[in-house]
Amino acid sequence: MTDVRSISFQYRRSADHDRRQPQPHPIVIVGAGPVGLVVALDLAAKGHRSIVIDKKSNLAAGSRAICWAKRSLEIMDRFGLGEVLTSKGVTWQTGKVFFASRRVFEFDLLPESAHRRPAFVNLQQYYFEHFCIEAAARTDLVELRWQEEVVGLEPSGDGTLVQIRTPDGNYRLIADWVIAADGAHSTIRRQLGLGFEGRVFDDQFLICDIKMRMARPAERWFWFDPPFNRGRSALLHKQADDVWRLDFQLGATADRDEEIKPHNVASRVRAMLGTDIAFGFEWISLYRFQSRRLARFRHGRVLFAGDAAHQMSPFGARGGNSGIQDADNLAWKLDLVLRRLAPESLLDSYDVERSAAADENLLNTTRSTDFIAPKGAISRAFRDGVLALAETEPLARRLVNSGRLSVAASYDGSPLNGPDDFAAGECPLTRPGAAALDAPVANAWLLQALGDGFVGVCFCRERAAPAGLARAERRLAEGATPVKILTVRDEIACHRYGAERAPAYYLFRPDQHVAARWRALDAAALAAAAERASGRTARRST
Amino acid sequence: MPLKREPNLKDPDGLYAAILDAHADLSESESVALNARLVLLLANHIGEEAIVREALVLARQSIDETSRS
Repeated sequence: MTDVRSISFQYRRSADHDRRQPQPHPIVIVGAGPVGLVVALDLAAKGHRSIVIDKKSNLAAGSRAICWAKRSLEIMDRFGLGEVLTSKGVTWQTGKVFFASRRVFEFDLLPESAHRRPAFVNLQQYYFEHFCIEAAARTDLVELRWQEEVVGLEPSGDGTLVQIRTPDGNYRLIADWVIAADGAHSTIRRQLGLGFEGRVFDDQFLICDIKMRMARPAERWFWFDPPFNRGRSALLHKQADDVWRLDFQLGATADRDEEIKPHNVASRVRAMLGTDIAFGFEWISLYRFQSRRLARFRHGRVLFAGDAAHQMSPFGARGGNSGIQDADNLAWKLDLVLRRLAPESLLDSYDVERSAAADENLLNTTRSTDFIAPKGAISRAFRDGVLALAETEPLARRLVNSGRLSVAASYDGSPLNGPDDFAAGECPLTRPGAAALDAPVANAWLLQALGDGFVGVCFCRERAAPAGLARAERRLAEGATPVKILTVRDEIACHRYGAERAPAYYLFRPDQHVAARWRALDAAALAAAAERASGRTARRST
Repeated sequence: MPLKREPNLKDPDGLYAAILDAHADLSESESVALNARLVLLLANHIGEEAIVREALVLARQSIDETSRS
């Protein structure tokens, strides 16, 4: 494979440039990072054309986001990219935690087998983007406009008049919908004058990627107060192509210009990994964490996703992965609205659901950062107490916080959720709002079988089809929101969905989150839940 | 019943944050005082003196080991 970072993206003068009047386009996505590209791919998979605008001319040199969570890989499977990301990347599920010079414990992120995708795959962001760009080219529905930059936005009818700067001058177009996926320094956010409130942490962190051949297992190693970085923390993570991510906490007063000099970074690397190692630098960066979010992610027909909507510290790999989940949540809703199968107000649920997810991510990453970089003597005393006890006491291991790693958000309390008539506390992992749990089904995987439409699934161990299923299937295929019906009899799947002893009926949304579940088959209830999940019946939120 | 050494909290991260929040804006000596009061309150609530004694031994051992290393 050629070095994808050497590929340059050509500017091409678009037809919009030569129009007298700005031309309308249904969807303009600003930002060709992972989030913008996934929105474009998801919309393309549903038959929608989009334009993606980005000012860059090649992929970012640094690895940036590297940890892709199971849920992100499952989402990418819908565009046929789960396999290439997994095979190119480095699969890991074990994390080791060190305190001073002792290994205090290790954890396994996915102790359960029979899932198609692993807990995590590490892969440089430039590969993720590269595979998305290749897939976008194959669809013929995604038009990537490189070296173009949005410089102005103003309302125009229901849509937005967008002013775009290019290497040969400005042009304008009208976007019915704008997806702002233009990152932490979002131009769109600034153009709309929106506040981005939150916290900036004092501590500085040095992040570097090195290339070295080393017979080390693919595990996440995290050090608190190690001999090579006393009083602070460090992280080691493996990526593709023998590239390793190293992260050193530097403290609040570190001299940025000194720290970033390669010979100074090299001495830190040798102190961590040994004086005899041979390595080369791929990327060096220094940063402070921020925890900030927009108050609202939907502004009329401008929708914010990823870092443009929320920025968080990297411990827990929640930045990139939550951005992918934003895209996943947004695309099917926009699809239904564009096909007039749902009212525009369905997109308010994007704000409700992904705001709640952002708050959870911000809370988790803030707590991790507070544990990793304790402020003050008492915080440090508690932190060190937890670490000292963790070596022998399981209770303390649960409190060690080197990052709570990204899992799929559950949309508890969402206005789109329908009934849950399981007993209280029964099978909580698949409650309404939760993302589907994968499981093997007849030579395939459940998530493949679900696809990306509304699906009603009968989980049932018995061979005979439940009475009335065929009739329900006919009725649901004809509804305003068509629902496909599946029957799943496989043992593991039935176990995960609480159907070992009695059948269970689930409605899944196009993003494979559970909309509602029942113990008895009721076609009318399924149809009503599909209506609610597509925003066609307003339920007042309380 | 011996001292529980397995995780026993529904929201451990939340409670940990609440403990640190209780210390917010306190001086170091005030924090030590807060911890003393907290231990007394919780010890009384637990009631079983053998359990509190077991926890005291465990905590003290951990401190002694940390000081030695």
